[in-house]
Amino acid sequence: MTVTLYPCRKIITMNRARPHATHVAVRDGMILGAGTLEELSGWGDPVIDDRFADKVLMPGLIEGHCHLLEGALWTKCYTGFFDRMDPDGVVHGGCKDIEAVIARLSAALEKNPEGPLSGWGLDPIYFGNVRVTRADLDRVSDSVPIGIMHASGHIMNFNTPALEAAGLLKPGLNHPGIPLGDDGLPTGELKGPDVMTPAGVHVGFGRDMLASDAAGMRAFGKLCVRAGVTTATDLAARLDENAVQTMLRVMGEPNYPARIVCHRFHHGVTPEDLIAQVEDLRDRSTDMCRMGRIKVIMDGSIQGFSARVRAPGYYNGAPNGLWYITPEHLETILREAFARDLQVHTHTNGDEATQLLIETMTTILSDRPAADHRLTVQHCQLADQAQLARLSKLGACVNFFANHHYYWGDEHYRLTVGPERAERMNAARTALDLGLTVGLHSDAPITPLAPLFTAWAAETRITASGRVQGAHECISRAEALWAITMGAAYTLKIEQEVGSIEAGKRADFAVLDADPETADDLRDIGVWGTVQGGRIFEAAAL
Amino acid sequence: MTLPLTVLGGYLGSGKTTLVNRLLRAADGERIAVLVNDFGELAVDADLIEAEDGDIISLAGGCVCCSYGDDLMTALLQIRDMDPAPDKIVLEASGIAMPGAIGASVGLVPGIALSSIVVLADAVNLPKLLANSYLTDTIERQLAAADLIVITKGDLASADVARDLIARAAQGRPVVDGAEASNNLILAQRSARPMPEPHGAFHHTKLLSCEEPVDIEEIAKGLAGDPTVVRAKGCVLSRTGERTLLQLSGDNWTLSPAPSEAALGVVVIAVPDAS
Repeated sequence: MTVTLYPCRKIITMNRARPHATHVAVRDGMILGAGTLEELSGWGDPVIDDRFADKVLMPGLIEGHCHLLEGALWTKCYTGFFDRMDPDGVVHGGCKDIEAVIARLSAALEKNPEGPLSGWGLDPIYFGNVRVTRADLDRVSDSVPIGIMHASGHIMNFNTPALEAAGLLKPGLNHPGIPLGDDGLPTGELKGPDVMTPAGVHVGFGRDMLASDAAGMRAFGKLCVRAGVTTATDLAARLDENAVQTMLRVMGEPNYPARIVCHRFHHGVTPEDLIAQVEDLRDRSTDMCRMGRIKVIMDGSIQGFSARVRAPGYYNGAPNGLWYITPEHLETILREAFARDLQVHTHTNGDEATQLLIETMTTILSDRPAADHRLTVQHCQLADQAQLARLSKLGACVNFFANHHYYWGDEHYRLTVGPERAERMNAARTALDLGLTVGLHSDAPITPLAPLFTAWAAETRITASGRVQGAHECISRAEALWAITMGAAYTLKIEQEVGSIEAGKRADFAVLDADPETADDLRDIGVWGTVQGGRIFEAAAL
Repeated sequence: MTLPLTVLGGYLGSGKTTLVNRLLRAADGERIAVLVNDFGELAVDADLIEAEDGDIISLAGGCVCCSYGDDLMTALLQIRDMDPAPDKIVLEASGIAMPGAIGASVGLVPGIALSSIVVLADAVNLPKLLANSYLTDTIERQLAAADLIVITKGDLASADVARDLIARAAQGRPVVDGAEASNNLILAQRSARPMPEPHGAFHHTKLLSCEEPVDIEEIAKGLAGDPTVVRAKGCVLSRTGERTLLQLSGDNWTLSPAPSEAALGVVVIAVPDAS
C-alpha cells in the first residue's frame, strides 16, 4: 500500500497536542500522521506529492446543518441579492433591484422559452421591502408560468399564468397566506408551504421541496469541494425507500466527494414508526452515507414569525409562532431515541421552543440517564445564558445559525425581536464559556454553503448594513475554525473519524490558498479544493 | 361538482380517531373518504376492509381511508380524482395543526370546497391543556377556528368545566356533546350551521341537535322556562314534517318557516348553571 506524503506551506491540524505541521502522510484514505518529513519517514518509503507545497491544509470542513436541496436548486434561476457561486464555479451576481431580477429571469426564459420558469433566492427585504407582484413577473412573460422561491424558503412569487394554472386567479379567496391586491385578486405572493407547494408544481418545484434528485446530489458534491467541505448534512429528509436508494447509489459512486450525514424528519409518521425506520436506516449506513439519525422540527422561523418565542414576544407585536410537534410526541421520540442510542437533532429556533426542549430532556434524563446522547439543538438562535447553562448540564450540543447575523441581523434588530434580544442571538461566546460544544451553520440553501464565511459571521457578528451586533458574543478566529471542523464533527458523533488531521483519521482536508489563522478576513480565502478519504478534488478541475 | 370537505381538528387525544371510526360505521351508504395523518390508531373493523393498497384502505360500502403523512395535498388530489368519486371528505388534522389554516388551504384546491371545521375538545384533558403555558394559545386558536365544537369524554369528566373554558377561549362557538355527534351534524355545511354569536359574559353556547320531528312548542316552552337560557335560534322539524325556524329571547319566542337549506339544530345561549 502506497504511503503518500504531502508537504504543505502549513497544516492546521485541530489536534491540540500538535496544532501545526508541515507534512501529512496518507495511506489508503487514512491519515498516518501529521508532522515533519523526518517524523513521517518511519511509515515507509513515501511517494512525495508536492502539489500542496504552497497551500494551507485544514481538516476537511464540516457543514453541520445544510440540505442537499442546495445542489438541486441550481437547475433554477438564481435571483438572490448576494453574489453566489454555482456548482460549476460560476459566480452569479446579486440582483440588486427588481429590474435586475426581471432581466435575469428574461435571460433564463430565452434559453428555455417553453417554460415553465422557476427561480430562487429572491429577497425583497433588500429592495426596500417593496413587495414583488405578478405584474412584475408578467413583464418577463405573460404566457409562460413563472414561480420564484424567496431566500427564506417561506414565500414564493408567481406570475399571472402560474396563478391561473394553479386555479388561484380568482376573486373571493380568503387565506392568510394569499395577499390580495386592490382588484381583489392575489398579488402573486404565496406564503407558507400549504399554498406554495400546490402552486409550485406548476412552475417546476417538486412536491417534496426539501428533496434532491441524483443530479442535485452530484451538484451538491461539487459545491462541497468549492467550499472545502468533506462532510455535510442533509438535515431534514423524508428518506423514503426511493430516496435512500438514490443516496446510497450516488454517494457510493467512486468520485463522490463528500460524506453525507442525513437526518430523518419526524413529520408524517408516528413516533413509533419513526424510531423503527431510523433504526433500520442506521444499519444500512455506509462511510459516505450516514443515516440513522432523527430531526425533530419543534417550531418555525424567527424572520417568518413562526418561531415559538417567550414573553415579551415579537418586537412588532406579531402573535406567537407555531409548534410543529406536540410536547407529548417530542417526549416519546426523545425517550425512545435516547434508550436506543439514536441521535436526535432538533430544529429549535425560538426561546420558548428551547425551554420546552430543556424541560422535556430534564424529565426524561431524570427517569433514565442516557450516556452521551449528544442531542444537538439546531439554530438555538434566541437561547439566553440560563438556557444554555441548562443545556450544558443536560449534555446537549448547540449548532448556531451564525449566518443570520449577516443576512437577517438588521431585520431581527428592527423588526422581529428588537435590539436587546438581537444582540444576544446565536450566543456562541456564552455557550463556549459554559463548556458547550458549538457548531456553526449555513442551513444552505437558505444561505450559501461556505463554512469559512459562517466562521467569519460568528467571529465578527457583522450585519449586512455593517453594524457589529452583540460584540460580547463574538468568538475568536481559532474558536470559529474549531467549530466548523471538530465542533461540527462532535455534534454529528463522528469526531473520532474526522474533524482533525491526526493519525488514524480519514484523510479529509480542505486545501486553501491562504492561511485562515492569519488572514485579515476569512471570507477572502480561496479554496483550491479538497481531499476526501485520500481522493483529491480540485475545484478548478470539476 | 365540488366535493365537500370537513376538517376534524383538536389536540392529541381529543377523540378524533374515535369519531372518525364512528362516522365510517354510520356512513349508511354515503361514500365518505377519510384522510388521516397516519393509520396509527385507526382501528377499522377487519370485516369492513375490502382492499388495502399502500396509503389507501377501501371499506365496504364505498368508504375509503387514506393516510397523508407529510403530503396532504397529494393525498387530497388522489381522493378528489378517485373514480367513483366519494360523496364527502373528512380530513383528520394532526393534533398540533391549526384547523383554520388547513381549512383555508384545502378550500383552494380546485374541485374541493370546505364544508366546515369541527374541533374536538376532550373534557378530561382540556383544563390541563389550557393551563399548560406551552399550549394555551395553540388550543385557543384551534377552538376559535371551529364552526362546531364537540365535547368528548364528557362521561369521564365534567362537561360543564369544559363548557366554561370553551366559552372563554372560543366565544359563541356552538358546542355539542360527543354523544350527539351524528354524521348529519358533523358533516353539515358551515353555511347551514348557526353563526357564532359573540357575547360578553362567557355564556355557554350549546347546540341542540334535532334530527327527529319534535313538538316545537314543547321545546320552545322548555327553553323559555329555563332561567339559564338567554337566547336560542335554530331549525327544527315539526311533527308534520315542516322545517321551522325557532327564535327565542328570554321568555319570548317566535316560529316561522325555515329556509330549506338550514341544518337541523338549535343554538342555545345560556348562563352557566350556578348549581
